[in-house]
Amino acid sequence: MTTIDAAEIRRRTQELLAAHPPATTDRTDFLKARFDAGLAWVHYPVGLGGLDASRSLQPVVDAELAAAGAPDNDPRRIGIGLGMAAPTILGYGTDEQKQRFLRPLWVGEEVWCQLFSEPGAGSDLAALGTRAVRDGEDWVVDGQKVWTSSAHVARWAILIARTDPDVPKHRGISYFICDMTDPGVEVRPLRQITGEAEFNEVFLTGVRIPDSRRLGPVGEGWKVAQTTLMNERVSIGGARIPREGGMIGTVARTWRERPELRTHDLHQRLLTLWVEAEVARLTGERLRQQLVAGQPGPEGSGMKLAFARLNQEISGLEVELLGDEGLLYSDWTMRRPELVDFTGRDAGYRYLRSKGNSIEGGTSEVLLNIVAERVLGLPVEPRNDKDVAWKDLSR
Amino acid sequence: MTAQTEAAHAPDLLYSETEEDLRSAVRSLLADRADAPTVIAGIESDTPYDLRLWESLAAGIGAAGLLVPEKLGGQGASHREAAVVLEELGRSVAPAPYLTSAVVATEILLALDTQDGPVGELLGDLAAGRKVAVLALPFATPAADAAAAMTGTLDRTVTGVAEAVAADVLLVPTAEGLYAVDRAGDGVTVESLVPLDLTRPLATVTLAGAAGTKLAEAGPAALAVGRGLLSGAGLLASEQLGIAEWCLTETVRHTRERHQFNRPVGSFQSLKHRMAQLWLEVVSARAAARNAADALAAGSPDAPLAVAVAQAYCSKVAVHAAEECVQLHGGIGMTWEHPAHLYLKRAKADSIAYGTAGRHREAVAELVELAAP
Ligand SMILES: Cc1cc2nc3c(=O)[nH]c(=O)nc-3n(C[C@H](O)[C@H](O)[C@H](O)COP(=O)(O)OP(=O)(O)OC[C@H]3O[C@@H](n4cnc5c(N)ncnc54)[C@H](O)[C@@H]3O)c2cc1C
Repeated sequence: MTTIDAAEIRRRTQELLAAHPPATTDRTDFLKARFDAGLAWVHYPVGLGGLDASRSLQPVVDAELAAAGAPDNDPRRIGIGLGMAAPTILGYGTDEQKQRFLRPLWVGEEVWCQLFSEPGAGSDLAALGTRAVRDGEDWVVDGQKVWTSSAHVARWAILIARTDPDVPKHRGISYFICDMTDPGVEVRPLRQITGEAEFNEVFLTGVRIPDSRRLGPVGEGWKVAQTTLMNERVSIGGARIPREGGMIGTVARTWRERPELRTHDLHQRLLTLWVEAEVARLTGERLRQQLVAGQPGPEGSGMKLAFARLNQEISGLEVELLGDEGLLYSDWTMRRPELVDFTGRDAGYRYLRSKGNSIEGGTSEVLLNIVAERVLGLPVEPRNDKDVAWKDLSR
Repeated sequence: MTAQTEAAHAPDLLYSETEEDLRSAVRSLLADRADAPTVIAGIESDTPYDLRLWESLAAGIGAAGLLVPEKLGGQGASHREAAVVLEELGRSVAPAPYLTSAVVATEILLALDTQDGPVGELLGDLAAGRKVAVLALPFATPAADAAAAMTGTLDRTVTGVAEAVAADVLLVPTAEGLYAVDRAGDGVTVESLVPLDLTRPLATVTLAGAAGTKLAEAGPAALAVGRGLLSGAGLLASEQLGIAEWCLTETVRHTRERHQFNRPVGSFQSLKHRMAQLWLEVVSARAAARNAADALAAGSPDAPLAVAVAQAYCSKVAVHAAEECVQLHGGIGMTWEHPAHLYLKRAKADSIAYGTAGRHREAVAELVELAAP
């Protein structure tokens, strides 16, 4: 790490603002300039949007830029790219891959999606069956992926596929970057309980991926995928929020503004959830302080668990609080939204969408297993799939 | 203060190196002198407190004077360090009048208008571990009831006073003001009760024509008592964290070793999930307890909310952890020899001390303007 401190970061941020006044600079041009100045993610290497500085300095940059009215890169729209693809490319990519992909990813010119889950492989992701067969300089990919969020707007995908069916399931997987515009990639909307189609089915038929778009060694895709999944959990549960910043804020506001809705039972539940939301916020803050001090803790999976349960309970309470209005729903039209937006929507949507929080990015049951085994050191359950070749597993 | 304005004070939720050093000193002392068999033997004897242990903790390590400024004979540390001591005391459930004397009574004295004369003298004695003082109010009293507690005279009976049996001095609130009453003086009777939590004795204090030294008038005394009870509640969260942490650690240890159905019972998923859930609660309780200790240490205006949040959350976690500890230990968890019951009793009693979780949720409701119907 370099010796850049808060003052130096502030100086560089002001320099960027002076050279590219937000009021007169095109949004994308500003974001590109910010990336090139190393102020995109300051803890990334120089030349890749960062300054090799401490992660704790990022909030300083963000605050200065927000105060100056600078545009942001709409992190919600490019969440998979920022939270999962980027750290994986940084960790396992070649220099060419890093140079090619990170800038447009961060700027938001290119949206990413994640081609992991399959109809036959969800929690047991390592059982996946999508095949990638070597053919000269290319890999030829055939298979079906499912629940792929944002596939309909994505330019690139992180993809895991089986390259060797003759070894146990964790060993024969490789990790690729897939061009969603290539022939053979077909995206079909999959409508979900909110009525919208936020995720998709993706059919891969004879898709040719050049070997230069492989991430990490052949057969070691599972290890690479661990990086993605770990970052996914941290990024889902790990956003920094102010007090009452999450869904609890919406309910608390309704409570304050509409005394006619209040009941004693709801009051008790609201206060309990308010306290839990505040504690979850503090726990997330503590996790961040630990990360900055260089002591990465296993709290990441825990935060995702807490976030899922809280969102579900709070949104359930909100529907009840609204009474007559809670009986209504804004719009069941099948749409294909570009992003998941909890705050700009009504209570019914929030209630239904939050049900996905305990499924997406690893179910709560699977995360509890991870905490029990990797954090508490409890014994794994007996398993019969570790030493069997993938092709001999029952499906 | 409204809920929307974020706390002006950015809390430090980690432990400093000094705090970790203090923790190891306290932990090794307690491991030496207050292991479970010793604690169990002690609670059935006539002397619930091991005076040598208290001397080593209070004077030897200097824990009693953490909150007291150096010029008054203390360590000039803060609530953050005192909270670490309480985490360790929670982990060992050793009987020690730390919370009542070194935190609540000490905070009350520090919050009085003057620290000259008898107040300063008493603070010096408390800080050095020469004396123990307790507030003569029921252990369940929350800070919100401090003003209402300023009633009556030095002729009165107070029940459920925690650790009065260990006290040299009683701090007695009356309509006239706050008095320091010598426990050994004429007209003072302290009668032991049979407490749910044997590691923290309760007593009925009867004052009949007792003499006392007036420390403050009723007005300032009420504020000081409120401050003492607030700190007590805030740091009790750290004791509760310590209890929960011990319960989880021991439960994990036991279920990894105990075999049934030809495998460790800790490999059954229904148990693993319960312990993983407890882990999440303990991690969260730690953040809440640290936040309360830090806000008290900083004198932050956010302290009342931080304390109310910590108490509303940590009480439940400690009780849940202790209940799971008994259940997942099976039959052995129900025995007197196994220490699990000590933690269950302490956790349950703590959930009432200085106000129940419900009382603290009411405080939250008021502080963040979420009014009842
Ligand atoms: C809104 C949403 C968006 C998504 N977006 C994406 C995406 O962009 N890309 C992508 O690749 N995937 C995505 N997913 C897929 C998601 O990762 C999977 O749904 C998830 O991992 C669970 O897999 P599954 O659906 O096959 O359920 P299954 O694995 O079949 O699980 C069914 C039930 O069994 C439980 N279960 C399974 N194994 C165990 C076990 N060992 N112990 C205890 N319980 C167990 C599960 O917890 C669950 O309750 C998304 C899912 C949702 C809901």
